[in-house]
Amino acid sequence: MDAITELLKSFPFLLLGAWETLKLTAFSVGIGVILGTFIGMGRLSKVKFINYLCTAYVEFLRGTPLLVQISIVYFGLPQLGIQLAPYPAAITALGLNSGAYIAEIVRAGIQSIPRGQYEASRSLGLTHWQTMRYIILPQAFRNILPALGNEFITLTKDSSLASVIGVSELMRRGQFVISRTFQTFSIYFGIAFIYFLMTFVISRIVRYIERRMATA
Amino acid sequence: MKKFISSLLVGVLLLSISLSFAQSLTEIKKRGKLLVGTEPTFPPFEFVGEKNQVEGFDIDIANELAKRLGVKLEIVNLPFDSLIPALQQGKIDMVIAGMTITEDRAKVVYFSKAYFEANQAIVVRKDEKFEPKKLEELVGKKVAVQLGTTGDLVVSEINGVNVVRFQKFTDAFLELQNGRVDAVVLDEAPAKSYVKKFPKFSISAVIGTGETYGIAVKKGNKELLNFVNQTLDILKSSGTYNKLIQKWFE
Repeated sequence: MDAITELLKSFPFLLLGAWETLKLTAFSVGIGVILGTFIGMGRLSKVKFINYLCTAYVEFLRGTPLLVQISIVYFGLPQLGIQLAPYPAAITALGLNSGAYIAEIVRAGIQSIPRGQYEASRSLGLTHWQTMRYIILPQAFRNILPALGNEFITLTKDSSLASVIGVSELMRRGQFVISRTFQTFSIYFGIAFIYFLMTFVISRIVRYIERRMATA
Repeated sequence: MKKFISSLLVGVLLLSISLSFAQSLTEIKKRGKLLVGTEPTFPPFEFVGEKNQVEGFDIDIANELAKRLGVKLEIVNLPFDSLIPALQQGKIDMVIAGMTITEDRAKVVYFSKAYFEANQAIVVRKDEKFEPKKLEELVGKKVAVQLGTTGDLVVSEINGVNVVRFQKFTDAFLELQNGRVDAVVLDEAPAKSYVKKFPKFSISAVIGTGETYGIAVKKGNKELLNFVNQTLDILKSSGTYNKLIQKWFE
C-alpha cells in the first residue's frame, strides 16, 4: 500500500520531470531536423567532398552508442575548452545523434520523389535550391512524416540517458524518489507509465497530422 | 552548407562562453554562486526531500560554506561516478557527496579534513540463515554493491566474492529482495535507514573500516581547500557541526 501512496505523492514531481523530458526531446528533434535535412541532402550531393563528409557523419553517429556520445559532449569536450552545462550538453548530444538518423530519413524521402520532377523544375528555370525548397522537400516531408514521428518517439525514450549527466528529467527524478522512499518497483512502473503516455500521445498526434496531410 | 556548419560551430562556442566555469575563491565570489556536485540519492547525506528540494547533512554543510563565502549555493546533481570527472573538468567547485577519502581518489583530487566517520554495513535477508559477521564470510557468495563506493572497494578486494555492481544502492537492495544476491554491502547510515523502513532485511554486521568522508576540490586548488578546512574547523568549534549530526542522525 505504501508503494501506491508514495507513487501518488511523488507524481507531481515526476510529471515535472516528464515536462523536462518533452522539452529536451523537442529541442533535440528540432536540431536533428535542421541538421538532418542538410546532411540528408549532402548525402545526395554530387560534390564528392560534401558527400563523403555527410556519409562519415551519419556512419559515425549511428555507429557509436548514444550514452558514449553524451559522455563525450559533457566530459570530453572540456578538454577542447568547450564547457557545456548538463542541459545544453544533453541537447547537443541528442540533437547531433538524431541528426544522423533524420539525415537518412530525409535522404530516403528525397529519393522517393521521382527524378522527373527535379528535371522538370530545373527546365522551368528554377535553381537547384529553389527546386529543393519549393518542389522536392515539401513532398518529401509528407512522405517521411511517419518516420519522423517514429524518431520523435525513439528520442523521447532515449532522452532518459541524459540522466547520467545529471539532467533532472523523468528518469533521474524517479531515481531521486526511489532513493528517498525505497519504493523501487512502483516508482519505476510509474515512470514507465508516464513514458508510455507521452509516446502514445505523440504517435496519435503524428497520425492525425498524417491524415490531414494525406487529404491536403 | 559550409556557412551552415560554421554558424553551427559558432553557436556551440557562444553557448559555451556564456557559461562561466571556474574555481578560484575570487571567481566563485564574482560568479555569486558555489557549485557543489553531489549525487542526491544517498539519504540522509543528500537526497531529494518531500518538498522536492535537495537536502541532507552534506547539503547543510554546503550551505554553511556558501554562506561564509557570501554566495548562493547551487547543487549540481550528477551520478556518483561522474562527480570526480566533473570536478576535474571544472564543471563544479567541489564534491560533497559522502565521499570516502581513499588513496586512489586522493591522487586526482584534494581532500579536505575528514568531516564524517563511516563504517560499512552488511545487509542480508532476515528469512535466510546467512548472517555474515565478517567480510571474509562473503567468499563464494553473490554480493551487490553501488558502483564506485567504498562497499564496492572493500568487497572487490576479497578474492572469491561474486560482486554485482549497480548505479543505485536501491537497485542493489532490489536484487537482494529478489533473491539474486546474498548480501548488500554499503555505508552504515543509508543501510540503517533502509532496514528501518523494510524490516525483512537486517544488518548482520557493521565493519569498522576506519573510513572517513571528505570534501573534494580540484587538485591544485589550495586556496579553496584551505577555506573548506577552516570552515569545517569553525563549524566544529561553534557547535554547528554537532547540531547537524543531531538533526540528521539521531
